[in-house]
Amino acid sequence: MSFEKVSQSLLVPGGIGEQELTMALTEVAKHQIDYADLYFQHSRHESWVLEDGIVKEGSYNIEQGVGVRAISGEQTGFAYSDVINQSALIQTCQAARGISAKAGSAKVKPFSRVSAEQFYQSDNPLVSLSNQQKIALLERADKYARSLDSSVTQVIVSLSGVYEEVLVAASDGTLAADIRPLIRFNCSVLVERNERRERGSAGGGGRSNYSYFLEDVNGRERAMGFVDEAVRQALVNLEAVDAPAGLMPVVLGAGWPGVLLHEAVGHGLEGDFNRKGSSAFSGCMGEKVASSLCTVVDDGTMGNRRGSVSIDDEGTPGQYNVLIEKGVLKGYMQDKHNAQLMNTHSTGNGRRESYAHLPLPRMTNTYMLSGESEPEELIASVKRGIYAPNFGGGQVDITSGKFVFSASEAYLIEDGKITAPIKGATLIGSGPEAMQQVSMVGNDLALDQGVGVCGKEGQSVPVGVGQPSLKLDELTVGGTA
Amino acid sequence: MSPEKQVSQELSQLKQAVEFAIQEAKQLGADESEVSISKQTGICVATRDQEVETLEFNHDGALGIAVYTANCKGSASTSDLSPEAIKNAVKAAYDISKFTSADKAAGIADKELLATDIPDLDLFHPHPLEPDRFIELAKKCEGLALANPKIKASDGANINSHYGVKVFGNSHGFVGGYPTSRHSISCMLIAGEKDMQRDYAYSVARDFSDLDSIEEIAAQATSKTLGRLGSRKISTCEVPVVFDQEVAGSLFGHLIGAISGGNLYRRSSFLLDSLGKKLFPSWLSIYEDPFVKKGLSSTPFDSEGVAPKAKHIIADGVLESYLLTTYAGRKLGMQSTGHAGGIHNWLVKNSGVNRTELLKQMGTGLLVTEMMGQGVNTVTGDYSRGAAGYWVENGEIAFPVHEITVASTLPEMFANVVAIADDFDKESAIQTGSILISSMKIAGS
Repeated sequence: MSFEKVSQSLLVPGGIGEQELTMALTEVAKHQIDYADLYFQHSRHESWVLEDGIVKEGSYNIEQGVGVRAISGEQTGFAYSDVINQSALIQTCQAARGISAKAGSAKVKPFSRVSAEQFYQSDNPLVSLSNQQKIALLERADKYARSLDSSVTQVIVSLSGVYEEVLVAASDGTLAADIRPLIRFNCSVLVERNERRERGSAGGGGRSNYSYFLEDVNGRERAMGFVDEAVRQALVNLEAVDAPAGLMPVVLGAGWPGVLLHEAVGHGLEGDFNRKGSSAFSGCMGEKVASSLCTVVDDGTMGNRRGSVSIDDEGTPGQYNVLIEKGVLKGYMQDKHNAQLMNTHSTGNGRRESYAHLPLPRMTNTYMLSGESEPEELIASVKRGIYAPNFGGGQVDITSGKFVFSASEAYLIEDGKITAPIKGATLIGSGPEAMQQVSMVGNDLALDQGVGVCGKEGQSVPVGVGQPSLKLDELTVGGTA
Repeated sequence: MSPEKQVSQELSQLKQAVEFAIQEAKQLGADESEVSISKQTGICVATRDQEVETLEFNHDGALGIAVYTANCKGSASTSDLSPEAIKNAVKAAYDISKFTSADKAAGIADKELLATDIPDLDLFHPHPLEPDRFIELAKKCEGLALANPKIKASDGANINSHYGVKVFGNSHGFVGGYPTSRHSISCMLIAGEKDMQRDYAYSVARDFSDLDSIEEIAAQATSKTLGRLGSRKISTCEVPVVFDQEVAGSLFGHLIGAISGGNLYRRSSFLLDSLGKKLFPSWLSIYEDPFVKKGLSSTPFDSEGVAPKAKHIIADGVLESYLLTTYAGRKLGMQSTGHAGGIHNWLVKNSGVNRTELLKQMGTGLLVTEMMGQGVNTVTGDYSRGAAGYWVENGEIAFPVHEITVASTLPEMFANVVAIADDFDKESAIQTGSILISSMKIAGS
């Protein structure tokens, strides 16, 4: 049971037990508050980087602390400490309760341990390979990349892992702990040919240990598959011509292009924006916000996925939540605070970057379910447009609904056929309108490889995205031609 | 304890911690080491619709160490600054250096480049951390904006006030530290019913009393937000573009990426071998001054202890300096330019015209006031970003536009700067006025 293990390493050294947790919450409740929670965290992060054929850098980072939150109505007081012991905890509680000046007498409920299904293993990934094995993996990837094409002139390969333990104790009786491994492998290459240079990069990972990268996938080590992909993308871009400009049909590939959903609808369905009425989707519950081909879910329960949460950062078990069903808005993503103010329940989406940040409603793994069409049919249906199987990042203005995402690999479609590769271009649209433009959905749902980082209010959290191939009848493509 | 007293105590404690870590590294057998530590104290208050939303007390500390043993590097960091934790971090860094490979370019900065005196740049103006007063100010700022009936809601006003200490030391015997402060205020507003729009205004300064008044911020946020109402798309076209001063700095931000040592030695820049080459029109110059009093990007030494120099980055349109760290410098056969950790106050020369005159000079075209997404390829210089702003006809703002992209290549954009207005914001790290570029592709409907 991970609770005992986490409690041993996070609380016991500072002389904290369940009794001290109750005392701390009672200290917060001396002021008039509706809810308080304590979030203890300890994380160890390492990274190894190979460049110019040698492992140049290795780093090891330790972060630990406790964050205390006190909520009174719509108001939140927050303080944290990077020391975990009884006196620091009480001081931090006294600072956080400052949000309310009135004396209070709220009762702290007796703790009840949250029993949650585990969606990932609790092994420490940092020790799952020896340092020699980690370095050998990077060196293997470097050699392999250079062997693929003589135009590969630079190779940067990195391997990183996080081992994190968290424990949540709240005045509503929640007591929960989680151990969260997270690993990542990335390969970035530079190719040079005929005066042109281009970069390509690919990678993946998840809540797993490093042996994941050594597993055999179709007769090849998984990490080498990422290397193949990085080199392939760079070589495609060497041949790219100027991208077109203007409104046209766009076919998005399966998998990582799901960043479209993340930006176009995901953020707009987070509870805080809807409570405040600042989202383009505010007040649209039960309305048709996308074409009836679209069913979009946020799923924190996927095994070993980067965005998965056995419990969220408020101790609520991870869930499978339908956001949009056949085009109709069905649900928002909620944390406890926004759920309570909107008279509903947390959906297991309360997440935070660390003990030094407040929880917010955040996505986990967000994806669209498969449709009926063969992916080739989507391409064949376009007279003139673009096909974009790979993207960089995106951004959204949740109030106006405008979103962008930038293609890192794209092609022209002419008369139903993929022709020339085109240079990276930004695609821009309006979330509610773009979702109505979805006219074909492929039967090829895929999740991304485990590289997503989502930023909100200055906080980064790991997320997953996914989708089947999609055709949007019209989207603005920001090329130069 | 007063912030002044707290910071002066922390400064001496952190210097001791740096010396302790360097000593530890030496005892373990490291050839060289460098350590940086910072501590920061402050509060953030956020109000929305004139009610407190959050009150956060911040107190952060972090130590980072890099050790070099036979040209092999290892690094580590910790948020726990106890001697025990520091000892563990040094050991972790040292252990890693046993596994990394020897790299001739690795190591701490050259001794002769290190800062020898630490000028007082007037960067420390702590403000008493008074939550109640900040809350009142934030509420009042929102109230001023909400007095306009066209403003539907406030999406929040924020006031942040922080002060702290940074200390850096290395095994050449350099130990330097200085206190800084930073305060900011911002207000975001929402207008419109069916087609909602939001926009914001902010101010940031080393000294709280240098912040724009809440009246100015409320007025600016109001006019920007109302200006967005009724935004529409425009047809795909090729026209002159003005980047408003609020977004103009981003163009020089891409220049920073392209002339940074890391991208140069990796051959991942469109400006390889550009030193001494003309990138901009002859009248354009960029002067870097690390020693601006109260400057937001002022520093007495860079993050490797190297003394920065006041100098031209671009003179008469020609690139005069790359931006190099010690490592990148060695990879390129050059010396550090004191840019570890970034640039220091860029002052971009203007053409002596104001913004109204600049729009007149453009005639008919696009004024960009907001940008979205990344969309810039530093390897090739290809540029394609989301934008919003105003359509301008004969020098006059005609209507707001959104959901469009602007695209070109950075070399062309740099060469095609026609003029820069004098409306620069002295609060920015890159002080540039609005920029007129002769032609770009706009993708719309």
